[in-house]
Amino acid sequence: MNTAREPLFHIVKRDGVPFPKALAIRAAAVLLSLVACAGVIFALTGMNPLEVYSAYLSGAVGTNRRLWMTIRDSATLLLIALAITPAFKMRFWNIGAEGQVLVGGLATAAVMIYGGGAMPTWLLFTLMATCSMLAGMVWGLIPAAFKARYNTNETLFTLMLNYVGMQLVTFSIVFWENPAGSNTVGVIHQATEYGWFPDLFGQKYGLNVLIVLSITVLMFVYLRYSKHGYEIAVVGESENTARYAGINVSKIILRTMALSGALCGLTGFIIVSGCSHTISTSTAGGRGFTAIIVSWLSKFNPFTMILVSFFLVFMEKGAIQIASQFNLNENASDVLTGIILFFILGCEFFINYEVSLRRHGRKEIKGWARS
Amino acid sequence: MEKKIAVEMRGVTKRFGSVIANENVCLDVRRGEILSVLGENGSGKTTLMNMLSGIYFPDEGQIFIEDRPVTIRSPRDAFELGIGMIHQHFKLVDVFTAAENIALGLPGPMRLSLNEVRRKIMDLANKYGFEIDVNQKVYDMSVSQKQTVEILKVLYRGAKILILDEPTAVLTPQETERLFRILRNMREDGKAIVIITHKLAEVLALSDRVSVLRKGHSVGTVQTAGATVQSLTELMVGKRVTLDIERPDPVRPERRLDVKDLTCVNAEGITTLDHAAFTARSGEILGIAGVAGSGQKELLEAIAGLQPTTEGSVTFYPKQGDPVDTTHMNAGAIDKLGIRLAFVPEDRLGMGLVGSMDITENMMLRTYREGHSFLTDKRGPRKLAERIVQQLEVVTSGVSSPVRRMSGGNVQKVLVGREIASAPSVLMVAYPVRGLDINSSYTIYHLLNEQKVKGSAVICVGEDLDVLLALCDRIMVLCAGKVTGIVDARTATKEEIGLLMTHTEGVIEEGEAG
Repeated sequence: MNTAREPLFHIVKRDGVPFPKALAIRAAAVLLSLVACAGVIFALTGMNPLEVYSAYLSGAVGTNRRLWMTIRDSATLLLIALAITPAFKMRFWNIGAEGQVLVGGLATAAVMIYGGGAMPTWLLFTLMATCSMLAGMVWGLIPAAFKARYNTNETLFTLMLNYVGMQLVTFSIVFWENPAGSNTVGVIHQATEYGWFPDLFGQKYGLNVLIVLSITVLMFVYLRYSKHGYEIAVVGESENTARYAGINVSKIILRTMALSGALCGLTGFIIVSGCSHTISTSTAGGRGFTAIIVSWLSKFNPFTMILVSFFLVFMEKGAIQIASQFNLNENASDVLTGIILFFILGCEFFINYEVSLRRHGRKEIKGWARS
Repeated sequence: MEKKIAVEMRGVTKRFGSVIANENVCLDVRRGEILSVLGENGSGKTTLMNMLSGIYFPDEGQIFIEDRPVTIRSPRDAFELGIGMIHQHFKLVDVFTAAENIALGLPGPMRLSLNEVRRKIMDLANKYGFEIDVNQKVYDMSVSQKQTVEILKVLYRGAKILILDEPTAVLTPQETERLFRILRNMREDGKAIVIITHKLAEVLALSDRVSVLRKGHSVGTVQTAGATVQSLTELMVGKRVTLDIERPDPVRPERRLDVKDLTCVNAEGITTLDHAAFTARSGEILGIAGVAGSGQKELLEAIAGLQPTTEGSVTFYPKQGDPVDTTHMNAGAIDKLGIRLAFVPEDRLGMGLVGSMDITENMMLRTYREGHSFLTDKRGPRKLAERIVQQLEVVTSGVSSPVRRMSGGNVQKVLVGREIASAPSVLMVAYPVRGLDINSSYTIYHLLNEQKVKGSAVICVGEDLDVLLALCDRIMVLCAGKVTGIVDARTATKEEIGLLMTHTEGVIEEGEAG
């Protein structure tokens, strides 16, 4: 056997990386991803990558209206991410945000349709917010109760409830059809704007942003400094430790999922009352799943989530622009988003581990040759 | 004539990030020799041996087998060179028989002749004195039988160099003796044997030479014949240490805890604790001995309210006030009653502490509920954390670094420190010094004694009988979930306890038990 053969490279775990270095690694990853994207764009379409990038910018933030649409949708995505974070921190795999948002929206639409114009505005809003949160809470509590009582698998349970939520919406549309025969609800109270969010600071979506940012701060405090947040962290880390500390694990699961579901329901309220003013099976639009990416990518830090959700919505809006401007279909932009995420996620490996390549020529060791 | 060198490691260095596990270590083993590799936990013994068995690759240095330089890149390379390692945690397939496990993964013809395999195993067993039933399934085996299978597995593959990682940690004194006889037979046969250990008595009884590691460096190799416990300890620790455990006499013992007929049945319907009964008194350390898995864990967890019980009762006797029956209560309910029960569980990071949290947050685990505020109060816990770090000399980069990053000894100091901070009336500790170096172990013994003198009833589950005999006032022995005896630690012998550890019928009462 040859003495000088050695594995090609070693992977060594790092103890902890100084913040500037971690930042540099991440920045390098973003740059590299843009270079890789440029290569892919050129190779596949022969277009100038810089033009494509500028189209992205223009699509997402190019005009005041586009900027506000991006902000509005980021806020929605951010709120769902905030909502599911306590559950995920507790290692409760809630992939039912989609359904919880939908039933929240459904409850809002119901109150809006039947109550709009029939009661004072303040009461209408209180009722919409309360009902949406209650609906979401119930949708979150069902799987939590089964998990706490029978230890059922919450992943499948929450996923299945999404479809139940969709069917409920489909069912309701039959009653609320407008115009008749369209099989859609149409814009609710288009003329009177009953139950629509009012402008705030002269911005149509000002209220959305204000609500979501306040919840961001509250969630940060809740997770980091409250007794509840502490209990969630302990249960998530180890149920044995939680029981050892005298924590009632079932109670924490129920309480946390009630909160998580209620916030998802509240998102449904903000979407219906503050954005779309209608309800359909695509009201949640897959954002319940995207939010999981936001939450994990941010390592459960609410403030990082602001950036991540903005980035994802930015990419989505830009994609629509390049699709129309360059006649590329939207899958092309999925490829680009995928490449960028690959680099951003992949760089975590280099933050946690150090890779040292094979050294050429081994050092002589004292007393190597033995007589 | 000097025996032929089987393996030599020269100038071997291995780093993990900034941590140096081994630096410039030199070591050689000869044929027909038993070499002990001695060192405290974290001194790099296992890392060093893992480089021989192909699990790690050295950053620097060279390994020679019979004077030939070799490169070992995988366990397969190690096998081809005749190196076999028996790990601390066995790697066997439960539903296979001994013979099937031994034949598993070996190259050979398509049709495997198990009869041939069995015959070869029996030859090996007879040659070295193993007792084995080749047709027994692994799940039916005791820990010592599983170890036998592991050793035969590497012998079957033709290993000439055997490395055993802490082989006696899971054995009773009698089983240890049997293992030693087998190892001596192998030595006569010309095998080179390395055993990794930190038990000095075993080193002296078994090996020909001892290589001592300290903080990743080799600090010397000595002939066992000229060594003593004291001299080896000093090599290992690097300074003079006193090896006596003090044992103050109990002062005015009072009943603190009464356990009657306590029985636990696990999820598979197996009785893990069988009508256990005993009394713990203040100012006294009650040791609990037994082979691993004899019901120690279940007993402590049942008392702490973490394990459902099917029969029996648990009663606490506080210093003032009436006795409290806590049978069937969970940990939270017991805590609410104001019973000062402290518990240092066996699984420190999986039960006693939260690994990803820092010391301060781990201090909060017991007290975070206090006060009416919705938010947590971190000032008190931080003060406690700082006090523990200072008083128990915890080595850490600060009270805000995750406890998972700390070494085993420091983790244990944090856990014990928190548990005794509440001035417990009953203190239960499970394997309190497992994985700890000598200095840390003595710190823990000292803390237990301190609690005893302060009037706690201390219950200590241990694995090292020498230590239990030196530290405790009484020792209760468990075997297969039953209490087989409670003996006076001042008069009992190791052999007596060893017998009780394997004794299944009847209860031997001695001294003033009960």
